[in-house]
Amino acid sequence: MSDITRTSRRDLLKLAAIGAAGVALPMPFITRARADNKRIAMVVKNLGNSYFDACANGAKQAAAEIGGFEIIYTAPTKATAEDQIAIIDSLIAQKVDGIIVSANDANALVPVGKKAASRGIKVISFDSAIAKDGRIMHLNASSTPLIGAKQVQMIAKTLKGEGEVAILSAASTMTNQNSWIAAMKEEWKKPEYAKMPLVATVYGDDQDDKSYREMQALVKAHPNLKGVISPTTIGIRSGAKAIIDGGLIGKVFITGLGLPSEMKDAVLKGACDSFAIWNPVEYGYSSTQIMINILNGADASAGKTVKMGKKGETKIGDDGEAAMGEPFEFNKSNVEEFAKIF
Amino acid sequence: MSDPSIHAPSSRYTVADHAPRKISAILLRWESILVMMLAAVIIGNTLKSPYFLDPFNLADATYNFSEKAIMALIMALLILVREIDLSVAAIVALSSLAIGYMGAAGYGPVPLIATGLAVGMVCGAFNGFLVTRSGVPSIVITIGTMSLYRGIAQVSLGDQALTTYPQHYLDLGQSYLFDWPPTPLSFFLFLLLAACFAVFLHKTAAGRQLFAIGANPVAARFSGIRVDRIRLILFTISGLLAGLGAVLLTARIGVMRPNIALGWELDIITMVILGGVAISGGVGTIGGVVLAVFVLGLATFGLALMNVPGIVINVLLGLLLIVSIAAPIVIRGQSGRR
Repeated sequence: MSDITRTSRRDLLKLAAIGAAGVALPMPFITRARADNKRIAMVVKNLGNSYFDACANGAKQAAAEIGGFEIIYTAPTKATAEDQIAIIDSLIAQKVDGIIVSANDANALVPVGKKAASRGIKVISFDSAIAKDGRIMHLNASSTPLIGAKQVQMIAKTLKGEGEVAILSAASTMTNQNSWIAAMKEEWKKPEYAKMPLVATVYGDDQDDKSYREMQALVKAHPNLKGVISPTTIGIRSGAKAIIDGGLIGKVFITGLGLPSEMKDAVLKGACDSFAIWNPVEYGYSSTQIMINILNGADASAGKTVKMGKKGETKIGDDGEAAMGEPFEFNKSNVEEFAKIF
Repeated sequence: MSDPSIHAPSSRYTVADHAPRKISAILLRWESILVMMLAAVIIGNTLKSPYFLDPFNLADATYNFSEKAIMALIMALLILVREIDLSVAAIVALSSLAIGYMGAAGYGPVPLIATGLAVGMVCGAFNGFLVTRSGVPSIVITIGTMSLYRGIAQVSLGDQALTTYPQHYLDLGQSYLFDWPPTPLSFFLFLLLAACFAVFLHKTAAGRQLFAIGANPVAARFSGIRVDRIRLILFTISGLLAGLGAVLLTARIGVMRPNIALGWELDIITMVILGGVAISGGVGTIGGVVLAVFVLGLATFGLALMNVPGIVINVLLGLLLIVSIAAPIVIRGQSGRR
């Protein structure tokens, strides 16, 4: 009898130890918030994404520049709306001062955005917008006219304004690419591009192999082709590969929207002179600058102008959206540095 | 001779209702361990975060696990009878799709709710039909229907979303049922259903039949229990409650996307397993599952309050599950050797 009780007491001790370990385990991960700082949370689509990590670095730069602000960088493990709502709920519970969101779903985050607002928490969105009712304002990385114009300007600079140019797009049904191409054509009407005709627009469907073949076909169909604009990260990397593989370096140049990490080789080998995309560090920086200004009492309603620190200022449109600026240009001088980031 | 009444309980002519209740046996019950874990979670979180013990914060926290918890109740019964339903999250997606289309067509809250429940029930009944008729294990059948149901939602919507719902319907998921104590509808339904399930499983003859099936389905059938019929009913209820989950979740987030409730089946099974329901069947209580829901829900909320990254939370919950499942087995093994 006494033997049994002794055994179970030991068992209980073991269980207690396991329970204590379960509670103690999370301890190293906990960082105490300093109460004197205002806290801004940056909630992105999902964790483990170097693009968003770069945004968060920009946010921390902005906070360090001004001082007295602390950045909480967080995201759900799955890129779903309901997981993001749970994260924002916990931020509301902590009574953070401001929340900057890249939304997994524009509409699903409206109720939680309203709840935050009702408890005095400022909410803005960047990268991927929350619908109008759920946030104060949304910061776009750029705007359609600026993105379209920038790409035409880059190829004109490379070709010194002379030579046939084609467009290698994603699928013909893609809204983003189509609106950028329309903006390019608008820029193209200017007289300085008179000697640089647009000869073809082809679609690689955002698949590497199809984009690669479309690029090869373009060069065969247009022997005098000098430049290609690809307003998609997949088109530009496959097009650049086709130029390198086909021995066309120096004869045909590609530009467009690309990622530094994927375009580094093409730029260093000379298939691509320059390309552009928004700089995520600046994007996180500008969003955070706007949030800090809002927390300091700035008015960010439609029609007002808000400051973005070193990035100047931006005017908020009637839809409550603003643009950070023209896409950031990458070339031989900076591509290696940014290739490490995204 | 000593007083014979002292020896009466151990007389060979007496059959006791249950083994003598020892304090150690009660303390070593799984539910007691869960109560200790829950106390540890609450005390730990309260010490670590000043925002934890706030009725409104706790009420908001229940939003994020109540729908899963409702589905965990029926999953517990399925696992108890040696079945499993991996398609529950996909049924949520398909029911939510139907609700979304009804909302877009301009119907009111009642038709929306009825549609969600009906679609869920049909999906569940289809699972049950396949499992009982084919004799293929339910894990295989429901992996198939999981792809089928979510696939239908993905094919129908692609990267689009359904976002038109009547305001009265959205209010169900976004406002409190009672203002004090703040109680969301989903949490209230969970408590209500948990009480019903507990009474059914532990106080009725039909509930005992589930234990008999879980312990030995063949013996249960030869004892006159209609095993296949009960299985079919359980799968149908599983679909129905997934439909209820879809009704509540869609109202709460106000949007239907094909990735809605992605991965929930594993969260739900985690609740059931941590609740002490044996994956091999025949053992388990509703009380344990309810306690596990609170342990997991409050631990997740507390860790999120400390801004522990979600990936780390998953690692910790995984460790908690493994330790809590392995510990009793290891301890039992050691006691047995001695």
